[in-house]
Amino acid sequence: MAKKTAAIVGSGNIGSDLMFKIMRRSTNVEVKYMIGVDPNSDGLARAKRLGITTSAEGVDWLLAQDELPDFVFECTSAKAHEANAPKYKAAGIHAIDLTPAAVGPYLAPVVNLETLTDTMNVNMITCAGQATTPIVAAVSSVVPVEYAEIVASIASKSAGPGTRANVDEFTETTAKALEVVGGAKRGKAIIIINPVEPPMMMRNTIYCMIPAEAAAPGATQDAIRAAIDEAAASIRDYVPGYELRLEPQFDEAREDWGGFGRVGIWVQVAGAADYLPEYAGNLDIITAAATRTADLLSDKIDAARTNALAN
Amino acid sequence: MTAPMNTTFDIRLTDTTLRDGSHAMSHQFTEEHVRSVVRALDDSRVEVIEVTHGDGLGGSSFNYGFSKTPELDLIKAAVDEAKQAKIAVLMLPGLGTIHDLNQAYDAGASVARIATHCTEADVSIQHFQHARKLGMETVGFLMLSHRVTPAELAKQARIMADAGCQCVYVVDSAGALILDDVSDRVAALVAELGDDAQVGFHGHQNMSFGVANSVFAVRAGAKQIDGTLMALGAGAGNSPTEVLAAAFDRLDIKTGVDIQGVMAAAEDVVKPFITRMPVMDRASIMQGYAGVYSSFLIHAERAAERYGVPAYRILEEIGKAGYVGGQEDMIVDVAVQLAGAR
Repeated sequence: MAKKTAAIVGSGNIGSDLMFKIMRRSTNVEVKYMIGVDPNSDGLARAKRLGITTSAEGVDWLLAQDELPDFVFECTSAKAHEANAPKYKAAGIHAIDLTPAAVGPYLAPVVNLETLTDTMNVNMITCAGQATTPIVAAVSSVVPVEYAEIVASIASKSAGPGTRANVDEFTETTAKALEVVGGAKRGKAIIIINPVEPPMMMRNTIYCMIPAEAAAPGATQDAIRAAIDEAAASIRDYVPGYELRLEPQFDEAREDWGGFGRVGIWVQVAGAADYLPEYAGNLDIITAAATRTADLLSDKIDAARTNALAN
Repeated sequence: MTAPMNTTFDIRLTDTTLRDGSHAMSHQFTEEHVRSVVRALDDSRVEVIEVTHGDGLGGSSFNYGFSKTPELDLIKAAVDEAKQAKIAVLMLPGLGTIHDLNQAYDAGASVARIATHCTEADVSIQHFQHARKLGMETVGFLMLSHRVTPAELAKQARIMADAGCQCVYVVDSAGALILDDVSDRVAALVAELGDDAQVGFHGHQNMSFGVANSVFAVRAGAKQIDGTLMALGAGAGNSPTEVLAAAFDRLDIKTGVDIQGVMAAAEDVVKPFITRMPVMDRASIMQGYAGVYSSFLIHAERAAERYGVPAYRILEEIGKAGYVGGQEDMIVDVAVQLAGAR
């Protein structure tokens, strides 16, 4: 089948990295449009050089085209997506939202794409959400997770103005996704911005509060370890630089943890350097997850069409 | 607009025993501890008392240690106990949120101290704006101030002041600054901020310079100085409030604090409940020397015990890697690497 088409809305760093990612790595999707609001944007000029149709006239221009895209990737801001989302929906375009707007459900492609019934608008959580919710979900698949806490460290140079102006939004969204996608009863997220030179790679530490027996050596612990390895491997499918720094560390139950034990997982994310540098694993993982989501949704759409024809 | 300070005195001492001291107590403060310390400080006419988890609002966690008593309960108890003193809270954007700040405000806290790494002040803008909207007095903390030059630090202080911060602190989180290092930074901030905001200094004892650095800070123009009773705090502890009060009195720098009162508070109220006296030992001196965030100490000691590598070695590596406040999770990573396990 012919590739599905996509529009990238937002021609900044994320939009540009996403453009390269889709061009180089997507199996099912091609970038047809790149939309911005600033005619002098580097991102639009770059896209144009690569043969993509560009416009600085925003989403209304896009929706006035004869050939609408199958997908739109929102790389603007939460506010902009809230305004654009109903327009995409009315036009029947699948929206993959990389802002924290969360108009649609949170999505980590390796965790919950299959279980979502309405995929017309999906939200890619945050970079930390993409890096950590699959691991929490893996632990949750073996034992109940009372509480999950993550610490995401990113290089100062990879923290854009949007993230800086809205750190609360970032931690609150990620924490909620640890519950909704990760399956933890309670979630907490912490973000640290580190300016060291050369810039540090994105790091994520994931702590899950687990039953005492699971924290002690034995079959349950082995099952948790296997589930974590499997989750990491499936993320590595689309983020090759996703790596467990250490074996998961189990801490036996403690009184001040309410009699629960803990498993800690230390993750490093090196970016693919499609456009942004390698240390910006935080930006890479969200554009990679968005690309993977579009590929998987394409398959779903085709399967649905084939079924409809067969009937 | 600078902080609404009592102009009778030359400087204002803020006591943070019940916040920075929380690190040394592994966040096990009780309501009774808080009430007794606040009563003694309030009676000694200390104007501002900080009460929060060591890592600020929302700090109760796996990464930093869970609070024995919810911090909002401790803040409420402090507000209830204080007759004249203002109760301050610390928050680190990325860890605490505006939601936490609102709760602290509702509990009666009236000073918001917002802390960022010394190069990342712009993450605090929304929090300063919000604190001012609530009508709180505001203080900004530029943590690990030794990591950048005075000129760079002053630029970051400007970002905070423009966001509504009324006093920007040079925070020596690692106890790494020595004398002129402090004067140069404080002077740069004073020159940059002028009448727009005051300048403060928060010192640690890792290399024994807490009090001397505070004196240098005041001579360079600082108006607010932090201390803790009995030096109770992260690393080798903070500049002791009772020593600051006595030393400033000898130098004829007026603080308004009752010296006998804070000495008694340290000796009779705080000393009896301290489970671990702050000390300049190999690990904490290494923090000062390598420029490592002071609250990493106890976490490094725990990791040292579990993974069989010396704490000072872990801290040395942490310093080399350039980790910043809040990255306590990296301690286990470093310890495991040092231990040679995968």
